[in-house]
Amino acid sequence: MNGVHDLGGLDGMGPVNPEKNEPVFHAEWEKRVFGLFLPVFACGFYNIDQFRHAIERMGATAYLNTSYYEHWLHAYETLLVEKGALTAEELAARQREIAAEVA
Amino acid sequence: MASSAHTRPLSEIEIRVKALESLLVEKGLVDPAAIDALIDTYEHKVGPRNGARVVARAWVDAPYKQRLLSDGTAAIAELGYSGLQGEDLVVVENTPEVHNVLVCTLCSCYPWPTLGLPPVWYKSAPYRSRVVVDPRSVLQEFGLELPASAEVRVWDSTSEVRYLVLPERPAGTEHLTEEQLAALVTRDAMIGVAKVTS
Repeated sequence: MNGVHDLGGLDGMGPVNPEKNEPVFHAEWEKRVFGLFLPVFACGFYNIDQFRHAIERMGATAYLNTSYYEHWLHAYETLLVEKGALTAEELAARQREIAAEVA
Repeated sequence: MASSAHTRPLSEIEIRVKALESLLVEKGLVDPAAIDALIDTYEHKVGPRNGARVVARAWVDAPYKQRLLSDGTAAIAELGYSGLQGEDLVVVENTPEVHNVLVCTLCSCYPWPTLGLPPVWYKSAPYRSRVVVDPRSVLQEFGLELPASAEVRVWDSTSEVRYLVLPERPAGTEHLTEEQLAALVTRDAMIGVAKVTS
């Protein structure tokens, strides 16, 4: 698929800006997203190519404006709903509950 | 999970992550302990120290180096490193004439068993877009200036094949032990954006 993820050779993306003494994770939520990788994969709803393809199906603007683990989160949400493991409604309802709990 | 006292509202992304995890746990699809175990492994156990041991072994053991360059996956497994995202590993050797550097232009493929999880810059658009067309300018941003005579080879990783750079052993390290040599080897040198210095 020819999309924004196919970045090789694209001009104008700016400097690399490597971070000194970078930690493995930058936030607690990144750890949880990473930690879900194998357990969710083991559920058998999708294969690794479908996982990557779910990221490639993000819109170009969203792809470039979101971080790596947000790409993964998008892939989980997309694939688990598409495969029927969850519904978009229950996901949205749970998000509202959590937001209300801590507000 | 929700037991800690929050001093600020959760961000949208934190809410999405908590919602997803709690639903998956509730449905019995995932075990939070398995999530914790995976985090702990890659935060504390698997990282560039593994790759550094492979490099140091290759520097002191010529037959091992030969095996490493002809079948990276098997030679790395000899030291006990294998598994996820390292199923097919190709090791490329830096010499005074050839400098190798790794990227994954399409996503973030990286040799997890030897280097752990990739840094943010490796997964970023600036690195992935430019290193394949203008590697020298990217290397300069890392403070690495290569002689004009050196050939630069850029290896684009895929989900099936991942690479590891075998850096040059620095001069003046003949007296060091394998363990001392391993301590000199950095993650960046094994990606190819730095050299090993003594």
